[in-house]
Amino acid sequence: MDDFLLEYLPILIFLLISLGMGVAILAGSFLVARQKPDSEKLSAYECGFAPFDDTRKQFDVRFYLVALLFIIFDLEVAFLFPWAVSLGSIGIFGFWSMIVFLAILTIGFIYEWRKGALEWE
Amino acid sequence: MIVQTIVFYIFAGVTIGAAVMVVAARNPVHSVLFLILAFFNSAGLFVLMGAEFVAMILIIVYVGAVAVLFLFVVMMLDINFVELRQGFLQYLPIGGVIGLILMIELIMLLGAETVAIPKTLLATVPIPPIEDRTNTAAIGDVLYTKYIYAFQAAGMVLFTAMVGAIVLTLRERSGVRKQRISNQVSRRRAESVELKKVEPRDGL
Repeated sequence: MDDFLLEYLPILIFLLISLGMGVAILAGSFLVARQKPDSEKLSAYECGFAPFDDTRKQFDVRFYLVALLFIIFDLEVAFLFPWAVSLGSIGIFGFWSMIVFLAILTIGFIYEWRKGALEWE
Repeated sequence: MIVQTIVFYIFAGVTIGAAVMVVAARNPVHSVLFLILAFFNSAGLFVLMGAEFVAMILIIVYVGAVAVLFLFVVMMLDINFVELRQGFLQYLPIGGVIGLILMIELIMLLGAETVAIPKTLLATVPIPPIEDRTNTAAIGDVLYTKYIYAFQAAGMVLFTAMVGAIVLTLRERSGVRKQRISNQVSRRRAESVELKKVEPRDGL
């Protein structure tokens, strides 16, 4: 168990270094620079007049569709990783099991392609 | 060993803090960012438990895809941040009841360590120690053969989600001009250019 965690030690060190860097940069600029906070400095800038509304705009629902399709194919790939690693020991049955899974999702993929869900107009 | 314990408490503490901030943050976009922080720290906790595959999937799927989806949902909704806070007291009782039930369940689960679990409910496939077989391979050994029905059902669920998302959100927009490359390429000179004979000093 300890050998296993030792493999992750570089990542932990990396995390600590990046955390230290982030804190050092922010704290350095906070300490060294002159601080004159003003609400106007943070407000949205529109040239010549007071801003009409919030800078946040509503997104189109099509972004949601793209993100959802991305999640589904991301999960499909997540299923492929253990399959690829242990393909040698699960034999021909495991291989075809995955092919059936992929076939189901390919039907969905053909459906979305034909529907034009991947086109942006 | 002591390093492991310290790292565990750091990850656990940041996870809980980030989870509190998800609820408490004034801006929903900040809530999503705190949720991402909580996901990362949970991935760290999974690694400490030796479940490296789950940790990596947590980062790939949850941070990479689900958090982005949440961001899109937050940006898509027309939320007035001030109005959002006003409903807080109204939803507090029902949220509190759900939280209380969850807490009681967790306490019962943690307090009942001595309850004998029937043999059938325990994992029938022993997990090999991490030294002989990696996490990913151990999952792959059983997922596609022993648990094939659950695996195929997962495929069907993903298929349903895909079709459902398309049916719900895809709308044909009228009046959109699309580029048709085949039409462009198959255009001939005779169809598009006309030569006119113009007499001199006659004008057009």
